[in-house]
Amino acid sequence: MQEFLQQLVNGLTMGSVYALVALGYTMVYGILKLINFAHGELFMLGGFFGLTWLTASAFSGLLKSPLLGLLVLFLLVMAMVAVIGVLLDRVAYKPLRRSPRLTAVVSALGASIFLQNAVMLVFGSGYLVFPDVARDIYWMVGGVKITLMRVIIFLVAVCFMVGLYLLVQKTQLGAAMRAASLDHDTSRLMGIDVDKIIMLVFVIGPALGAAAGLMVGLYYRQINFAMGWTYGIRAFTAAIMGGIGNIPGAMIGGLLLGIIETLGAGYISATWKDAISFAILIFILIWRPTGLLGERVADKV
Amino acid sequence: MPLLQVENLTKTFGGLTAVADVSFTMQRGEILGLIGPNGAGKTTVFNLITGIYRPDRGRIEFNGRNIVGLKPHSIARLGIARTFQTLRLFPTMTVLENVMSGQHCRTKAGVVASLLRTTAQCAEEEKTVAVADRCLDLVRLTEVRNELAENLPYGRQRLLEIARALATAPQLLILDEPASGLNEGESLELRMLIEQIRQSGVTILLIEHDMKVVMGVSDRVIVLENGSVICAGTPAAVQSDQRVIEAYLGKEED
Amino acid sequence: MKERLRNIRNRHHWWPLVLLGAGWFCVPLFANSYWTDVANFFGIYMLLGLSLNIIVGYAGMFNLGHAAFYAVGAYTTAIINTRFGIPLLVLMPIAALTAAGFAALITRPVLHLRGDYLCIVTIGFGEIVRIALINNPFGLTGGPNGVLGIDRPALFGFTFYQPGHFFYLIWVIVILVMFGMRRLENSRLGRAWNYVREDELAAEAMGIDATNMKLLAFILGAGLAGIAGTLYAGKMTVIAPESFGFWESVVMFAIVVLGGPGSIPGVVVGTFGMFVLPEIFRGFSSARMLVFGAAMMLMMIFRPQGLWPSQRVLRVRQAEGLESQGSAAGRPA
Repeated sequence: MQEFLQQLVNGLTMGSVYALVALGYTMVYGILKLINFAHGELFMLGGFFGLTWLTASAFSGLLKSPLLGLLVLFLLVMAMVAVIGVLLDRVAYKPLRRSPRLTAVVSALGASIFLQNAVMLVFGSGYLVFPDVARDIYWMVGGVKITLMRVIIFLVAVCFMVGLYLLVQKTQLGAAMRAASLDHDTSRLMGIDVDKIIMLVFVIGPALGAAAGLMVGLYYRQINFAMGWTYGIRAFTAAIMGGIGNIPGAMIGGLLLGIIETLGAGYISATWKDAISFAILIFILIWRPTGLLGERVADKV
Repeated sequence: MPLLQVENLTKTFGGLTAVADVSFTMQRGEILGLIGPNGAGKTTVFNLITGIYRPDRGRIEFNGRNIVGLKPHSIARLGIARTFQTLRLFPTMTVLENVMSGQHCRTKAGVVASLLRTTAQCAEEEKTVAVADRCLDLVRLTEVRNELAENLPYGRQRLLEIARALATAPQLLILDEPASGLNEGESLELRMLIEQIRQSGVTILLIEHDMKVVMGVSDRVIVLENGSVICAGTPAAVQSDQRVIEAYLGKEED
Repeated sequence: MKERLRNIRNRHHWWPLVLLGAGWFCVPLFANSYWTDVANFFGIYMLLGLSLNIIVGYAGMFNLGHAAFYAVGAYTTAIINTRFGIPLLVLMPIAALTAAGFAALITRPVLHLRGDYLCIVTIGFGEIVRIALINNPFGLTGGPNGVLGIDRPALFGFTFYQPGHFFYLIWVIVILVMFGMRRLENSRLGRAWNYVREDELAAEAMGIDATNMKLLAFILGAGLAGIAGTLYAGKMTVIAPESFGFWESVVMFAIVVLGGPGSIPGVVVGTFGMFVLPEIFRGFSSARMLVFGAAMMLMMIFRPQGLWPSQRVLRVRQAEGLESQGSAAGRPA
């Protein structure tokens, strides 16, 4: 039981990271019906930018007050990656809005390869090590070890998710986003600036992804140029599991995938864990073809 | 034996009853019009007959055979062809290729025959083209056979859908608002075309809002409102029925 | 009647193609063994591209896990050959059947999924297969090291072992497959795939069993990828899981889309772009992949319909061009 609970805690941590990244996939998909295969790379950039700032000498002064330091760090990294996200849209996707969907997928794959190799050229292909931030602080709750970093990751993720949910459901901007995801042309007629909404999506999604990348770096203390693909594909799996285009779906899918993965690795086999996740995803889709919370899209006849 | 027998057909979406206890029969060679206000469930009836939706309750017999639960392609193969209210052509294929799709279920060349181009396969291909050309000829689209479907004007796309449905060699042809978007002259031509198709031995079930068309060509008319049949009979009888005038015609003539 | 038929089958002058083919078949006489091998892999990737073209180009389904079928073909060949010594060319049809059967089995339950859901499922299949190969189930696949000591293919006592030998074996198969594809494209099956791609529901209403057509696309595509797997196993004599990862699937997918989905010449130029060009630019070494990724984006932005789109797409483009000039009439058929 104790071990099970420990796995559950680990799963929830991992899952909240996946959920944050999955939100980026699902938001872009919701509005452009495009799988942003380069989103994993934006996540990875979060880690690399974070490390760069952390090791920069100018920053060390701020770390004396860790809370303020971390806050500034997150904001900086998220802003930087958001800029890259908007650029990515401008360069790789915007010219293809009216093209066949296959075309945009290949462009996305190209962008992913480009970003990955750009990072490799700048930072090298080996693992880079993060400085130790609050890693050794932990509590034992009923025999379950809960580290401070895990709590931070979970809380930050939950805050972002709640914030995003409120933004989308309760504000006028959110209503415009929801409208734009249903029909671009009608939204334009209603006076919604769809291009601005798309830009906003390419700010929020990458910023959340970057926060997740930074947290992974802080927690595991090592990052690599190829990590975008592994986390990206899992987050994409999570987004699909919950029903892509659906924001609560991405959150649930992410948490669920994190739990499935840690339980699968712990109780079945660590080397098969990704295969287990995919197999469960496939079974879910056979059962519910548009994911757990996805709408049943009936063909309009 | 009637060609089509529909009994107690019922379909609900969520809490909404789209079709409630609809029953009717169709004899071979007749033209039956299905009318009713928007949202009365006409297209849903079509989708139930052609297997796109599965009814919650009821029977649909075609040539004495229960077709409930069959897939759309099996129903098409049995001899029911349809057009769509919102056009659903194969937009980036030629007019001829669009119509050739109808012969797919009447031919059977497989991978090996297609690779070897056997004599049987060649004969089938020739037959496919011949049938398609005959159907195009009927709707007078021969001259544009090599154009892309999406480049045709709207009225001609409607005709193309009819030609495509006819190419499956159907016994029952289901037309979903064939006159919508047509001008006066075009809808007159459509009436003549429908008559001509009936002459060739095809039974026709028709949804139509254009009263001139539906009253002009139908032998019998069924009126749906809120998913149920409120009246059935000859065009003249239906037009003078008080319930119909209240529910439907009255509003139209305001 | 004959004329009508010719009208729907695209007329072509064959002799430039024959000349080109003849010229290509002289390559091993002049090229050194390195470039002959480049030509060999060019051929294998073309087979893979042609096979994926059935699924992505003709039937319009996302498949980013095609390497799984390639792997099944290669491993079937390798395992049976190293255990029972059955010659490779005998195993080629067996590999094709195994890959096709595997495809039928795994894709049947997911064929109803819409585009992007199918995309992640195929990625999933690809990853599951790769992970399975690494984990060495029942001691069959040799784990991360793979299977070693696969025989060279042999025909009537002649063993194909030099790059030049393989060149002829591979390219004879490639030419045959291209020829067959062309026939398939212009048959009722080729048209049916296109109908399903354009509008699945309308195709169903016209009596076409869309599920069956999609399944057939996967079966044929996987079978062909299986044949490519046998050729690869015979060429390398060693195979390992890393040759069948997601990256390979991406390359195959990009070959099809870059060239122009549904277009056979498109697969030729797509393969050239994805495989031969990076080979030529090997000198750039570390920045090579960076350039490659940028090129993928740029090609899609400037040629969204592909480098050599299928005739159908060309016709659409032409029509749009003419329309914008204000005259839709007199368009070449």
